[in-house]
Amino acid sequence: MTSPGSKVGGPAVKVQHHVNDEVLRSERLPNIWCPGCGIGIVVGAYIRAIQKANIPRDRQVSVSGIGCTGRVSGYLNLDSYHTTHGRAIAFATGMSVVRPDLEVTVIAGDGDIGVIGGNHLIHAARRNVDINVIMVNNFNYGMTGGQHGGTTPLGAKTHTSPYGNVETPFNIPYLVAAAGASFVARWTAMHVRQMTAAMSRMMEVKGFAFMEVLSPCPPTFGEFNGFPDALDMMEYFRDKSVVDHNADLSKIGVTVRPEDEVVVGNFVDRKRPSYQELLGELRNRVSGQGTTKK
Amino acid sequence: MSRSSGGAMSPGDYFTMGNFACVEGAILAGCRFYAGYPITPSSEIFERASVRFPQIGGNAIEMEDEVGSMAALVGASFAGAKVMTATSGPGFSLMMENIGLAYIMEAPCVVVNVQRAGPSTGIPTLMGQGDMMQAKWGSHGDLETIAYSPSSVQEFFDLTIQAFNSAEKFRTPVFVMADQVVGMMWERLHVPPADEIEVVQRQIMEPVSTIEPEHPLFDYARDFSPMPIAGGGTRVNVDSLTHDWRGYPTTDHDVSERMTRHLTGKVRDHAKEIWRWEERYLEDAEVAVVSYGSAARSALAAVKTARAKGIRAGLLRLITPWPFPDEVVEKISSKVSGLVVAEVNFGQLIHPVKENSRCPVVGANWAPGTLIEPRVIVDAMEAVTAS
Repeated sequence: MTSPGSKVGGPAVKVQHHVNDEVLRSERLPNIWCPGCGIGIVVGAYIRAIQKANIPRDRQVSVSGIGCTGRVSGYLNLDSYHTTHGRAIAFATGMSVVRPDLEVTVIAGDGDIGVIGGNHLIHAARRNVDINVIMVNNFNYGMTGGQHGGTTPLGAKTHTSPYGNVETPFNIPYLVAAAGASFVARWTAMHVRQMTAAMSRMMEVKGFAFMEVLSPCPPTFGEFNGFPDALDMMEYFRDKSVVDHNADLSKIGVTVRPEDEVVVGNFVDRKRPSYQELLGELRNRVSGQGTTKK
Repeated sequence: MSRSSGGAMSPGDYFTMGNFACVEGAILAGCRFYAGYPITPSSEIFERASVRFPQIGGNAIEMEDEVGSMAALVGASFAGAKVMTATSGPGFSLMMENIGLAYIMEAPCVVVNVQRAGPSTGIPTLMGQGDMMQAKWGSHGDLETIAYSPSSVQEFFDLTIQAFNSAEKFRTPVFVMADQVVGMMWERLHVPPADEIEVVQRQIMEPVSTIEPEHPLFDYARDFSPMPIAGGGTRVNVDSLTHDWRGYPTTDHDVSERMTRHLTGKVRDHAKEIWRWEERYLEDAEVAVVSYGSAARSALAAVKTARAKGIRAGLLRLITPWPFPDEVVEKISSKVSGLVVAEVNFGQLIHPVKENSRCPVVGANWAPGTLIEPRVIVDAMEAVTAS
């Protein structure tokens, strides 16, 4: 273990093979993400959940949108789709309605899922489309250099909120739970085991399974908001996270103010018929109707 | 309507609506997935798909908007289904984003536009042909478009089947540019026996153990490559970013050039086999009307009126506005003294006609929300022959 600010000496060691490689397009590494980014941790958790799941590998499908987290699908050795900004959930809906046997997982950022794609998010949750959605929330548009979005905390500074953000952010787990999802969780990049276990559960859930993962973004969000170094926000998550599976979701908005807690947990896990199940029942009910000979 | 035991429409003659004929053509072409959002005057297509698709093991789903409909279509296409949606101007505008996705991902899909009057919300219940250039240029970046324009209920049925066949062969979105008149019109429809209907299936990629440059997953040297299907074991990355032979994103100039040339070239190189047109009274014509869609019905009436007046008029009806049949227009333009382009807009396909003509070209334009009146076209013919 090293403490913040210390350096490890000696020659760089290149790992020849990693246990995650079988689910990665390792020839594409290194990835594009910045030092201190939490996205790689989410990818690692997703890979472990896939390895643990009792689902044939060729039925695991990764769909992402555009942005830093949008790049996830391209690194995964699965059927992977890097779609348009905000539309990953709609794309996944079409795919999964045609092939309900596929385990379709959308991994995308907060701007992608919660802002430009917000309408697709709430309606997929309402229909309870049987897909998994992992939304990595780094509180800003990172790929474009750090602008505020619909999850940027009030008062936070970004390049498009240089005097402090005047918008109130979405509390996304509350929104998705209200819209009707079967499963809703929030963890942080610090909660690797809990996040992995939640992903495993999401692959079992019938219906819309959603998880928000709060992630550090040192260079474009942290720099201007009190978390400039790689470990700063991780330490904040470690110190201020409170696990409360039964939390009042109306009260779990994230401020990232040093004094405020971050409520995490598996908040919703309920049985509701999935969209695919209802479509299947409909087809069974009317199949063959209207087929009288002329 | 009667259906065969397989769920598709039985062969025979029917009296039906253009929008219904479109759905029955799609079913016979093998379409089993529809994603849409209701919009006048295309809604009967969605409604009929909602009745018919579940009967035959398919799905017709309603999305939250046309952006989502089009994205769902691309996803469903990669799940292996033949897919369609239908819309009108405002929805067509919203679809442009993911129509671009279908182009770059090379996802076969059919988009029917039952065109209505005016820009923006315009007049939803009345007809127009104002989206013809949007079909070609509406989505950003270099693209080449395939579009069909039906003039009758029968042709709406036939060209919907043809649109699926072209989409599957060329691995690209294909448009059926109908309009309110042809969509709402009731006419005779002849449904041929299934074994007389040509149905094209896409080539599907087989799983490969290792990816070698000699066997590229995305082969830009070939016009048509097999499509990876989700769950098929190919584990291919399909990307909206410019991508190389492995499907990986790249900013390489050479790859960018080759990928974009491939996307446009696969249509341009086969334009002549895609082109469809109809010639009427052109053998001795001194003036020809160029028209398409339901406007071509007015144009035919105008040609007959002009002939009664002693003007040797003919009609060139463009069944494929895109790719534009340039050589066809050029050939006819070299035999007549003038061309009249009759459209229900203020001048769209007149531009490629002018670009490819060797004689004077004038427009017969009219867009109050109704079919163009033949007298407007006759007046234009008289003007161009007098000049």
